[in-house]
Amino acid sequence: MLEFFSQLTGLIEPTIKIVGLVFLVILPMVAYSVYAERRFSAILQDRVGPNRVGIPFTKVSLAGLGQPMADGLKFILKEDFTPDHVRKVYYWLAPALTMVPALLTCAVLPFGGYLKLPFVDDPFKLVIADLDVGILFVFAIASLGVYGIVLAGWASNSKYPFLGGVRSSSQMISYEISLGLSVIPILMIYGDLNLSNIVQQQHEQGWALLPITLDGFKPVVSMRDLLLLIPLFISFIIFVTSLFAETNRLPFDLPECETELVAGYHTEYSSMKFALFFLGEYAAMIIGSGFAVTLFLGGWSLPFGWGTNGEDSLFWGLVNVGTFFTKVIAFILFFIWVRWSIPRFRYDQLMRLGWVFFFEIALVNILLTAAILMLFRQG
Amino acid sequence: MNTDYLPILVQFLIAGGFAAVTLLISVVLGKTAQQRSEVKDQAYECGMLPIGETQPRFSVKFYLVAMLFVIFDIEVVFLYPWAVSFQEFVRDGVWVAFYSMLGFVGILFLAYLYALKKGALRWSD
Repeated sequence: MLEFFSQLTGLIEPTIKIVGLVFLVILPMVAYSVYAERRFSAILQDRVGPNRVGIPFTKVSLAGLGQPMADGLKFILKEDFTPDHVRKVYYWLAPALTMVPALLTCAVLPFGGYLKLPFVDDPFKLVIADLDVGILFVFAIASLGVYGIVLAGWASNSKYPFLGGVRSSSQMISYEISLGLSVIPILMIYGDLNLSNIVQQQHEQGWALLPITLDGFKPVVSMRDLLLLIPLFISFIIFVTSLFAETNRLPFDLPECETELVAGYHTEYSSMKFALFFLGEYAAMIIGSGFAVTLFLGGWSLPFGWGTNGEDSLFWGLVNVGTFFTKVIAFILFFIWVRWSIPRFRYDQLMRLGWVFFFEIALVNILLTAAILMLFRQG
Repeated sequence: MNTDYLPILVQFLIAGGFAAVTLLISVVLGKTAQQRSEVKDQAYECGMLPIGETQPRFSVKFYLVAMLFVIFDIEVVFLYPWAVSFQEFVRDGVWVAFYSMLGFVGILFLAYLYALKKGALRWSD
């Protein structure tokens, strides 16, 4: 019994981290990346974008920063309508099934090194669950997201959502293979599945894509690391492209492709149920960016091995958290930039890219990494 | 009991709770815009009257992709433990680890080439 209570008090720390990360960071980031997307696209297309909504009942507009709040409120107040022809249980289940896996994956994401609070002896590790199988957990949970979309398409019992759901499932499973293969070179180099350890190693030896540390002002870089940049860069491109496909973003947004399928799998959805799909999609995008940053761009660490992991100073702990979110935001802006610059692929091109190009290149890439590691043994 | 996974359970409860609460809020606060009618309940197809089946036949290729996915995703899963322990092989200079994986991937690659030649992955016709 006593043991049970001690375990319960052990849950306080992760609960604070979860609530802090999910409700104070990820959900506001979702809301504001929608805003950023609308403003950014407006700039790219020479429009104004949402710039009116500010503080209610005053004339303060704050460049439209109140827009996400107004949108959220509108979603809540809209009629909650379930059409007669749908399969009710699954129709209700689908939005939740898209949202929950997207939020679950952020549990293993290290959003900082350590945080040493004053008057507390042990520094806090800034990750919700420090699992030894981190990357496997991510793939296991992220692939559950397919169910939400397939279920939405099937439960809607209507032509276009059904086609959207089928397309989406086959697109997402196809790109899961190249996503899985593109991570393997990283695993071979760092020899670990635990994301915190991978970032710690990148902190000490330089990022995966920037393997340089500074000794005073003299850059230190090894021949092996320079050669490894070739497979790592290929991996990075495959990973990011597959991420676009997995999150159903343009240029791979065939599941919801407006010009052919009305709105794809969520055609029959409205009000908060539609908003949950939207939230799930953007949360997946933000957390996906988080993983790309963690695996390839050094996670929370500064370049060139600057700073510490925050185990002994609050300052560096906070700098690391700031560094991580700066990188993630930069990555999200890249997502938005690509979305508004590149036209949509055709379905046969999409499948060809995933199954023929990426699959083969990723396999060769793994062998290339293995050969480089074997030929340039250290010590 | 493995306590590493307890935070995951908490995260699951919080995320699931969030989804359930937002869905419920909308039921409670959402305003009804207009009475239910036959037209309002119809499936949405750009304002046209829905014709044909609601779940049309679709290409068998989707099934093929699903089956091939199972095979090659398992290949990927088998590569993971090998990749994680690869540094140990490098340290000991075990080239066998390299060749044996080359063999394993090679056999599956032949299967892949067969699927490719059979046109299982060709969508453009």
